[in-house]
Amino acid sequence: MALVEGTGISKRYGGIVALDDVSVAIDRGEAVGLVGPNGAGKTTLFDCLNGVRHLDAGEICFEGRRIDRLAVYERARLGIGRTFQRLELFAGMSPREHLMVAERVHRADGRLWKDLIGRGRARAPVARVEDLLVELGLDEVADDPIESLSHGHGRLVELGRALVQDPLLLLLDEPSSGLDTREAVGFAAVLLEVRARRQTAMLLVEHDLDFVQRVVERTYVLDFGKMIASGRVDEVLADPVVRRAYLGEVT
Amino acid sequence: MTQFLSYAIPGLPYGCVFALMAVGLVLTYQTSGVFNLAYGAQAYASALIFYVCVNAGWPSWAGFLAAVVVAAPLLGLAMDRFLYRFIRSAPVLVKLVSALGMLIAIPSALQLIFGSQERLAPPSLWLPPDSVYFHVAGDAINGTELSTVIVTLAVVLLASLMSHFTQIGLRMRAMAESPRMVQLAGINSERVGVAIWVLSSFLAGLAGVLLAPLFAELQALNFTDLLVAAIAAAALGSLTSLPLAFWGGIGLGVVQELLGGYLPSGSVLSSGLRPALPFAVLIVLLLALPGLRERWFHDDPLSACDPPPPPMAAAIGGHGLEELLRGGGWAVLAVFFVSCLTWVPGNWTFTLTQGLAYSIIFLSIVLLTGMSGQISLCQAAFAGIGAFTCAQLVSHFGISVFVGIVAGGAVAAVVGVVVAMPALRLGGLALALATLAFGLLADNVGFQFPWSGNGDSGVNIPRPQLGSLNFTSGKAFFVLAFVLLIACAAVVLAIRQGTTGRELAAMRGSELAAASIGTNLAKLKITVFAVAAALAGVGGALYGSLQGTVSPNDFNSFLSLVFMVVVVTTGVYTVQGAIQAGMAYVILYQVLDYLPSEWRNLFPILFGLGAVTYALHPEGVVEWQKRRVVEIVVGWRKHPEAVG
Repeated sequence: MALVEGTGISKRYGGIVALDDVSVAIDRGEAVGLVGPNGAGKTTLFDCLNGVRHLDAGEICFEGRRIDRLAVYERARLGIGRTFQRLELFAGMSPREHLMVAERVHRADGRLWKDLIGRGRARAPVARVEDLLVELGLDEVADDPIESLSHGHGRLVELGRALVQDPLLLLLDEPSSGLDTREAVGFAAVLLEVRARRQTAMLLVEHDLDFVQRVVERTYVLDFGKMIASGRVDEVLADPVVRRAYLGEVT
Repeated sequence: MTQFLSYAIPGLPYGCVFALMAVGLVLTYQTSGVFNLAYGAQAYASALIFYVCVNAGWPSWAGFLAAVVVAAPLLGLAMDRFLYRFIRSAPVLVKLVSALGMLIAIPSALQLIFGSQERLAPPSLWLPPDSVYFHVAGDAINGTELSTVIVTLAVVLLASLMSHFTQIGLRMRAMAESPRMVQLAGINSERVGVAIWVLSSFLAGLAGVLLAPLFAELQALNFTDLLVAAIAAAALGSLTSLPLAFWGGIGLGVVQELLGGYLPSGSVLSSGLRPALPFAVLIVLLLALPGLRERWFHDDPLSACDPPPPPMAAAIGGHGLEELLRGGGWAVLAVFFVSCLTWVPGNWTFTLTQGLAYSIIFLSIVLLTGMSGQISLCQAAFAGIGAFTCAQLVSHFGISVFVGIVAGGAVAAVVGVVVAMPALRLGGLALALATLAFGLLADNVGFQFPWSGNGDSGVNIPRPQLGSLNFTSGKAFFVLAFVLLIACAAVVLAIRQGTTGRELAAMRGSELAAASIGTNLAKLKITVFAVAAALAGVGGALYGSLQGTVSPNDFNSFLSLVFMVVVVTTGVYTVQGAIQAGMAYVILYQVLDYLPSEWRNLFPILFGLGAVTYALHPEGVVEWQKRRVVEIVVGWRKHPEAVG
């Protein structure tokens, strides 16, 4: 059984059909790409999978359980982590604090009464947070304000914030956008290492096809809200339908 | 039918004024992305200038030229050029707080210039108000009503002709669709933006001059209500459609008069519900129209191309400075406590005790706005709920005042949950407007009943007593208030340092990301609203017990706005900020009391302008100065570049 299985997903914005009868399935520990031209519906599919948007039709199962009516936070607690195309960081907090808050939410430690009697405070550093900071190479900047860090560090902080919750599925929305070539290669290496260590399943939206090829086993191709191809990256790229979608009519 | 018409027709002049305002509001919101809360103040400015000119013997056309054609656009342009254009891409909270600062500062600045005496019988713009022109369905149509309707129709006709048949009109309509697309088409969108501000400010000025004679006295508060009516009308058009906003305004004015006609006269319902209608309509619309909620965020098709909003400036100081300030704060508090018990004269002790009660109310704003990034414009209403609950329980059931204060906080918390539940799905601007409307509704209707605030006569709360301990003396009550403030501050500090506080900070940073790590935003917002309402309720009840008698006027809706700008000026991020705010609030008031009465207007001006600096100093301009001074005095050299 697939870890996550979406069948017949459709989503309209007014008259625009953003997703039209799209189906995806990702197994445990599998890394899958999601490519397609701008406006193909990639981010909309992400939003549907993690609950930011509700489906107009279709269903999504996670570990065999229907999740398409659950809220974002409920899906997160089931094990769907996510990063964002446009960085969504917590202003005024350091990388360590980003990971700490995610870790505490994961442990469902957020009871008001605990805070009021002083039991909710952070005392000792949390081992998994510290380990993860080192693993992602963020230990040097762990206490700097997030505003002072580079875009590449921001991407890593988003990744760490998701990883600290031990997600079963990680949705990565264009992680290489805004990074230079060196940073992108580094980020791909981090992703490979993350996979090797934890066998997290990933769905990766990405324009940088080198990046995709380095990280994933197979990929989906979306165009105008329709799934037009799926398979190994090199095979898919050789597909004339895909070439047409990306490059226009070639004669 | 005749009866229906006879009720409906007097509503038309009001409707016209609402419509003018609504159209102007939608114009600037659509094109500049700034929701101009100071719009009501602009209308007031023109009405006041017109009044002053006519009373000085000018003919009314000259007054009209000065007030509406010259002064109104100038004021609007000044606001756009010196403030709004710099904060267009800033977070909603920054835009709202800055506009709020202007809303509060402008009327007082005008009163400082032109004097704050009573201004009775505001003059009519054109036709004399006391002559009757004709009768429709039994209604005598006087000059004011007739001229309001004619002028409105003429202006709207001209404006729509201009927008359809001139180049600048075409560009304005394009700007409303998408300012960025207009730029891409090679048009100087700044220049078009200026034209729009001029037009919108002209409409505000016109509406102000037309509205003034409909009331017996020219008062700034009437124009805040007018603003909310205009917002409600604009909401009918989803804040985007000019024709719908226009007809929404007319409809609102008519329905308001119809309600007044058909509801039994003399009851609180008819005297309260009629003026409260726009607020009720606004709340219902905010909750019922899903399109309205999404509209707040996606106004421009190209908005995704914008760079992310600039991060808020970080406060001065590393960890060392934080600890120094915290320690210093406690020391100052201890000196303050001892001083009040020893050498401070009695009347000042009373003033400072008021400050302690206000500090508790202001803690609720620190929790809501500073720590959670939510904006509530009805904290004075929650304070009132606390005070009136306490008063009613004590007088009807003879319970201890202590229990009453706690119960006041509890009831306020429950109401807070009721307000927060539907408002949850709203965020930013919609939440601000919904709470603003709730505050006005509480003020105009809720607090007028004998079982709540008892209208103008108010209610009594005695000083508390505990066994043989008696808190009637000034010093004893001071100690009580001090202890209560420390307890409330401890609650806020515990929340801040605990998991909830971190989650709140995460939510303030990015709601999307906070949800994606598993934070239940709905629960978190309800919790924080409830705790904040409870704090305000306790503070309000304590204030009531200190005063002995409190009436709805002590917690009116305008105060909610003042509270907000005061806390934002003195420091919205910290508990110290709330206490500074409480003290600054009462001390400044007391000091200004020694000066000629005109000077009292300085109070809203200072804090209003303080709030305008929020974009530059989100930690509060007073807090910022304090940190700078402390840094220089102590010779902190950890970040030498920050000191210079």
